[in-house]
Amino acid sequence: MERTLITTSGASGRNDAHVARLLELYRTMARIRAFEEAAEAAVGAGLVKGVVHLSTGQEAVAAGVCLNLTRTDLITSTHRGHGHTLAKGADPRSMMCELFGRASGICGGKGGSMHIADFGIGMLGANGVVAAGIPIAVGAAHAMKLSGEDRIVVCFFGDGAINRGPFLEGLNWAKAYGLPVLFVCEDNQYSATTCTAQVSAGAGPLARARAIGLDGLEVDGNDVVAVDRAAGELIRRVRAGEGPMLLHARTYRIKGHTSSDPGAYRSPDELAAQIARDPLQRAARMLVELGVQPDAIQAIERAAKDEIDAAYAAAAAAPWPEAMHAFSDVQDVGAGQWR
Amino acid sequence: MAVMTYAEAARQALRDAMRRDPRVVAIGEDLGRGGVFGQYKGLQQEFGAHRIIDTPISEATIVGAAVGMALVGHRPVVEMRIADFALCAADELVNQGAKARYMFGGQGRVPLVVRQPIGIWTGFAAQHSQSLEAWYVHVPGFVVVAPSTPADNYALLSAAIRCDDPVIYMEHKELWATSGDVPDGYDAALGKARIARPGNDLTIVTWSKAVHLALEAADAAARDGLSVEVIDLRTLWPWDRETVFASVARTGRLLVVHEAVQAAGFGAEIAATVAECLDGELVAPVRRLGAPRIPVPYAPPLEDAARITAEQILAAARQTVAATRRRRSAAE
Ligand SMILES: Cc1ncc(C[n+]2csc(CCOP(=O)(O)OP(=O)(O)O)c2C)c(N)n1
Ligand SMILES: [Mg+2]
Repeated sequence: MERTLITTSGASGRNDAHVARLLELYRTMARIRAFEEAAEAAVGAGLVKGVVHLSTGQEAVAAGVCLNLTRTDLITSTHRGHGHTLAKGADPRSMMCELFGRASGICGGKGGSMHIADFGIGMLGANGVVAAGIPIAVGAAHAMKLSGEDRIVVCFFGDGAINRGPFLEGLNWAKAYGLPVLFVCEDNQYSATTCTAQVSAGAGPLARARAIGLDGLEVDGNDVVAVDRAAGELIRRVRAGEGPMLLHARTYRIKGHTSSDPGAYRSPDELAAQIARDPLQRAARMLVELGVQPDAIQAIERAAKDEIDAAYAAAAAAPWPEAMHAFSDVQDVGAGQWR
Repeated sequence: MAVMTYAEAARQALRDAMRRDPRVVAIGEDLGRGGVFGQYKGLQQEFGAHRIIDTPISEATIVGAAVGMALVGHRPVVEMRIADFALCAADELVNQGAKARYMFGGQGRVPLVVRQPIGIWTGFAAQHSQSLEAWYVHVPGFVVVAPSTPADNYALLSAAIRCDDPVIYMEHKELWATSGDVPDGYDAALGKARIARPGNDLTIVTWSKAVHLALEAADAAARDGLSVEVIDLRTLWPWDRETVFASVARTGRLLVVHEAVQAAGFGAEIAATVAECLDGELVAPVRRLGAPRIPVPYAPPLEDAARITAEQILAAARQTVAATRRRRSAAE
């Protein structure tokens, strides 16, 4: 199959479409990058409590996968979920308000960064528990199958998550019932401060998936075009009813595990080599090679930054939730009986 | 010994135990880098990666494997990071670790320590802030410990590692940096409470971080002439009835305070037992103060609604005293 879209020779219509798509991917990545930088600054300024898990450096996975989804498709995410949420179409202002714990946050301030969710755009939740999103995604896909809907589910998780039981159980279930779900292992090489390879056996997530009959692809997760293409291919097959698939995207977490982790366990050489693979810079270079003016690229970055700056300012000025809100949405039966 | 933090005290206890006994090993995620709270810092350098074992994110197998090690004579200390993640190993804890000795007619022992930090972790919300100690007290087979000071973290972790039963060992996430004196030779037995502050008018029974809030409330109460005794229970199972009963028999009043959700919290057990056994000694209704039955929310004004405070403890103490009636035995 000829899938090399980057070549420009003689196919200018196709090239225009390719440039437009890459610009769209770049815009999403720039918005995620700007969001993560603002979130990091907000933690530093004491405006966001606890910690945030930044996806800086991993933007291409979220952007490349989610561009292949419709608004009604579903995703589950992880503790490192800002990028997935934005790429799926959430409003950065209500996301930022959630991080700031304000009443206008997507979850009314109850969840914060680690529990961000936006059901309106099919984002079924970040998760504070590693691998916990996997069975939930499988269940959502099972429901789609039961109700005969054509929506699919994308399940994002990290390389560390494949060592928890729900990974095996979820993949088996999805395959046994032939469910419409794409598993996306976003492999940044680390499980918190531990190098995942040091505590993992075998050839990785795709080999494990293949052992239980799932097809899949491995991709350079810092090459947004490659991610888009691989995810697009797998999602096409999932939509066609071929059952669950797995995408293994190799990427890297430029920041520490959390905003309070300096990541000192990584050598400066390792970090420098990975920063040189920065997915935004690589996409920007591709755009320039395709004839896009640097000004246009900078304009995208500026627009992203402006949008996120506005979200930050709005969040900082937004009202706090009323304390009584802590008591809503616990449960229906027995509500009001707090002690 | 020295003034040290709660984290340092725990580290020293594990270090001493590992030096003493080659069967002691520690198992968990990110231990080689010192653990989430620095409580393992330097231990892998001293004891090697074969005794301070870095694991994959596999809670069920961390606990299950530790049960297996324990059954064949090792003494594993397992780190769950926080109590919330131990739920990923519920079967291995409750169906396996707690029951193996009993089911197998006493053939095997499970000398296992499962460290599960509890408590609200500011800004970490619902899945990182739970205090689930009562769940484990409910399961036959477990010893349940919740230290509040560096000295007790040293002595009780030492005792837990020496203990041949499975011990659920619950440090508090917001106590790691607190410091205090750990006197040389300081010892604390499992199952023994500590009178953290003597008093005559009211007994407060509490544990973990709430001990510090209760002491704050007791200070404030003393300023209006109310003398509050604060008992740090330290071990939740088996709990020190003797110390609690002796105190309540003297003060005639009991308030149980814990950070965990009040409903079906361990305070209910203490309150019920005291009501059953000391009815004639009580001059006021037994009271409990725990958190409202809501998940711990993220935003600061919401999170505050899930916390118990020194002010609330003081108010509950005053209400208990205000509800004083005649001693029932005297009325007869
Ligand atoms: C069941 C469980 N165990 C441990 C943790 C603590 N924890 C949070 S993130 C993390 C690392 C996860 O690694 P990975 O899945 O690769 O995701 P990444 O952080 O690299 O995005 C760990 C151990 C948790 N949240 N849940
Ligand atoms: Mg990872």
